[in-house]
Amino acid sequence: MTILYLLPTLLQGLKITLIITFLAMLLAFVLAFLAGFGRLSKFRVVRFLTAFYVEVFRGTSLLVQLFWIYFALPLIGISLPPLAAGVLTLGLNYGAYGSEVVRSAILAVPKGQTEAGIALNFSPWRRLRHIILPQAFVMMLPGFGNLQIELLKGTSLVSLITLADLTYQATILNASTMETTMIYSLLLVIYFLIAWPLTRGIRWVENRLSVGRY
Amino acid sequence: MWNWDYAIKIFPEIFAALKITVTATFVGFALAMLLGLVLAISRRSSVKTVAYGSKGLIEFIRNTPLLVQLYFIFYVLPEVGIYLSPLSAGIIGLGIHYSTYLSEVYRSGIEAVPQGQWEAAKALNFSPWQVWSKIIIPQGLPPVIPVLGNYLITMFKETPLLSAITLVEILQTAKIIGSHSFRYLEAFTIVGILFLILSYPSSVMVRRLEMRMNKSLR
Repeated sequence: MTILYLLPTLLQGLKITLIITFLAMLLAFVLAFLAGFGRLSKFRVVRFLTAFYVEVFRGTSLLVQLFWIYFALPLIGISLPPLAAGVLTLGLNYGAYGSEVVRSAILAVPKGQTEAGIALNFSPWRRLRHIILPQAFVMMLPGFGNLQIELLKGTSLVSLITLADLTYQATILNASTMETTMIYSLLLVIYFLIAWPLTRGIRWVENRLSVGRY
Repeated sequence: MWNWDYAIKIFPEIFAALKITVTATFVGFALAMLLGLVLAISRRSSVKTVAYGSKGLIEFIRNTPLLVQLYFIFYVLPEVGIYLSPLSAGIIGLGIHYSTYLSEVYRSGIEAVPQGQWEAAKALNFSPWQVWSKIIIPQGLPPVIPVLGNYLITMFKETPLLSAITLVEILQTAKIIGSHSFRYLEAFTIVGILFLILSYPSSVMVRRLEMRMNKSLR
């Protein structure tokens, strides 16, 4: 019976978790492509700046970044509400990891493909859009899939900057009801029930898209 | 704004807390290496229940957040009489979580050992223990060492999570210092920079090792 009492609050937190996951995923996806292409740019400045961004966010820890953006930035005059701070940090962090996925996939497309595009007088944009990206995108899927799961799990950290996500609600419930075992077991199960179908779904898309390719 | 005098004043205290962070990383990693190997081997077990059981366990742990697992170990286990200090709970949490990742790394190494090696072992009447310790692991492990190195660095970057179960490591120290003076900028920036200067050179080293090994294998 305790479950019936606990679930509504937890599901309320789940809603926030899913919203953050979705928004951060969008941001990370855009940043991954921007930074991924930036690191392959022919301009040195662009290459340097994107490499700097990627290495800083990959080289420090997600929680440190989150605390920095939430607690330290206000001292320089930039105050963000918890939701914005959470989405921004997760987006920046996983965008940096994603850029490596994008970069390595583009580099993995055989050089002959670009050369064939040039020989056929394709414009650089058409070369990218119709030759390179369709091939590179399939190679990006496993990497992006893994990152998506990591991002979903990473959202649990926003509970530490007082954002009322799934983990936060569980901590609050634990303090008020002392149903520790039940609450944390439920929490694990709920995360698993969201993440596992996502893992399976990505695997399925991967298989569908790689049919007839090798 | 940024205050140098203050930053220099708090630096030694934050730097000292690095000891706890490094201890948690290395002991946790040793545990993860060991458990990971056990999981990798039991996944290949001919007993179906053992194989499926360990596969299910790996999937479950990989698909749930480390933070929640840490809460579980730290807050739920005392209910059944197992009391752990924040440090040991943190090490066990990190070790278990990353053992599932490392088991996949071992698996790729094991699967790269040619089938003929297994058959040769069988032909020579090796016991399962001998097969693993004398033939499969010595050949399967070296190629995955760089990947293991990367996971060591990843684990190092995950240790700040242990602050959530009240372990006073580097991030928690910075937070305590910050809450005394309401100046978080210097403390958190120092933590970030310490992480960066420790993890970036290590990842460059791992990349070099990887390249060198690829060359020598070809």
